[in-house]
Amino acid sequence: METGTVNSDIIREENLVYRKSRVLTDNIMHYCPGCGHGTTHRIIAEVIEELDIQEEVIGIAPVGCSVLAYNYLDIDMQEAAHGRAPALATAIKRLMPSKYVFTYQGDGDLAAIGTSETIHSANRGENITIVFINNGIYGMTGGQMAPTTLEGMKSSTSPYGREVSLMGHPLKITDLVARLPGSYFVTRQAVHTPANVRKTKKAIRTAFELQREKKGMTFVEVLSNCNSGWKMTPVQANKWMVENMFPFFPLGDIKVNGELVSK
Amino acid sequence: MAKVKGDIVVEIERCKGCEVCLDACPTKMIAMSPDVNSKGYHYMHKIKDDCIGCANCAIVCPDGVITVYKVKIG
Amino acid sequence: MKKELRLMKGNEAIAEAAIRAGCDGYFGYPITPQSEVLEYLMAEKPHERTGMVVLQAESEVASINMVYGGAACGKKVMTSSSSPGISLMQEGLSYIAGAELPCLVVNVVRGGPGLGTIQPSQSDYFQAVKGGGHGDYKLIVLAPSSVQEMYDFVGLAFELAFKYRNPAMILSDGAIGQMMEKVELDDPRPRWTDEEIVRISPWATTGKPAGRERNIITSLELDPAKQEKLNLKLQEKYRKLEKEEQRFEKFFCDDAEYAFMAFGTSSRICLKAIQLARAKGIRVGMLRPITLYPFPVDAVKEMAGKVRGILVVEMNAGQMIEDVRMIVEGKVKVEHYGRFGGIIPSPEEVELALEQIIIGG
Repeated sequence: METGTVNSDIIREENLVYRKSRVLTDNIMHYCPGCGHGTTHRIIAEVIEELDIQEEVIGIAPVGCSVLAYNYLDIDMQEAAHGRAPALATAIKRLMPSKYVFTYQGDGDLAAIGTSETIHSANRGENITIVFINNGIYGMTGGQMAPTTLEGMKSSTSPYGREVSLMGHPLKITDLVARLPGSYFVTRQAVHTPANVRKTKKAIRTAFELQREKKGMTFVEVLSNCNSGWKMTPVQANKWMVENMFPFFPLGDIKVNGELVSK
Repeated sequence: MAKVKGDIVVEIERCKGCEVCLDACPTKMIAMSPDVNSKGYHYMHKIKDDCIGCANCAIVCPDGVITVYKVKIG
Repeated sequence: MKKELRLMKGNEAIAEAAIRAGCDGYFGYPITPQSEVLEYLMAEKPHERTGMVVLQAESEVASINMVYGGAACGKKVMTSSSSPGISLMQEGLSYIAGAELPCLVVNVVRGGPGLGTIQPSQSDYFQAVKGGGHGDYKLIVLAPSSVQEMYDFVGLAFELAFKYRNPAMILSDGAIGQMMEKVELDDPRPRWTDEEIVRISPWATTGKPAGRERNIITSLELDPAKQEKLNLKLQEKYRKLEKEEQRFEKFFCDDAEYAFMAFGTSSRICLKAIQLARAKGIRVGMLRPITLYPFPVDAVKEMAGKVRGILVVEMNAGQMIEDVRMIVEGKVKVEHYGRFGGIIPSPEEVELALEQIIIGG
């Protein structure tokens, strides 16, 4: 089951640098090869393990590719109706304020059908964390146009590219959330390189830690590829994401300590 | 200066052959195997003994396939 | 000890009953004619009285999904609304039923369809008793006919909801929600402690301690064979409910030659109509279903064997009558008398309808 036992004297418990978190189950994730969902699940599990909050955390899965997130995270989880995860999270957190509550949502779930729940939970300053995966497409249903699909970007429902005059503009919902007084920490990150994964993990950790301080909503957008939806290899998709998604959805903190970050 | 030496263990059956790890390796000591696992994916494997235990491959892996070890030498 | 008495609106009775039943959370959105539930709760500061959470949500859609989240944690949670708002909640109710969660939804019905009217109606019977949303499921449906029952059924609904892990609905209407009557109040029951919740609802997502498997609340199952099993399990539960939880009340049935069947506000009208008819020498009684689901099938069957005709009186175009006819199977005459669009029939017209449609017809 393994390769590379040349230096088997190195492969010892005391020399361990990295191992998949015990907060991840052993189920093989159903995501396409190279999908950012897997990476993001992995680092959420790592944050939960490092903060030692497995007993205190309740997660909410969306409808979309990550509808089965509860198969992979070894924590108590609920599966919401499409777009409604922040409503569930609102109630859970208010009924059990000492718990850590997070939603995990894609762009269709959070920024189209669930816009109302997203905006109002942020505006009420719900003390929850939202992890928002933005890959500019509906992955699960087969690559339809999402609210975050870029101008000119092709999808199965914008086969000639998103035409703004017909289909409207891509929505920067994270920037909207940041402008609401109820949000406290809002950031946009990615998970395509080791450095970016480390930054995203730190952001998720910060978001969870801030729940303890009851400062308001913490919101981590994670830009991800959807290589099958975009019809590219994972490596090509990551390159395309850097070249096309990053200019429109620039990475970095948008709101820190309740203050908008000036650009 | 103390040198470091690392090694990796790959869970072949979990690997989906996405190749995202290849670019992340600073010493280019990994590549895709010509063989496939039971799902039919070419899996990542070591081709050289230059691992420095940086864990970049493991950190960028969506499927948590890679375990990394490291020792200081000399 | 003498119980505390208070003059209250039906909607206020719902709210006070929730606090006293140890309800953990109410999530709602204003709509006439039920807004007093949320207003009363906000004024009462239940967070100070019992620690109960009360939140005005951004929509009925959000409200029912807040209920879903809270119910999944083993908490006693509820919402209330009126017809158009309840329509918006159907998706959430289907998820709650599919995930087998207990909760309480109060529908203070107004006339429809569409925006309809703010006046009382019983036109949401089908929606309440046949499921309402998508998929094969049932709600436990209780139909109060007085402000006292508005109060009493909150506790009963929670009891049944937790016993069967199933959403319960109080199907009221604008008349009972708005009218004021004397209510006998219970001593408040404390909210469940965290330990009690884990004991009562070990399936709840309360945070996964070491040594127990993670709890997952979902209505999703992609394997059709497993999904069918889940459906069969639900059906088994509904059969048990139908066997054990039929509730009804009989009035003047012992010597009755004819019978009214009516629930909620209509049953109050029928009681007066019975007096009018009996003054004329017409021996009429009434069967009032208290549980609309499970429907009092056995009592209807029994009555059908004793009377010469049944008049189903509803503030709708004829909904409960379909269930009655299905049970009676043509053994006796079953006809409908209804007013709708917000009109409450008078006892005189109901008595006349009995004479014309059942006796003379």
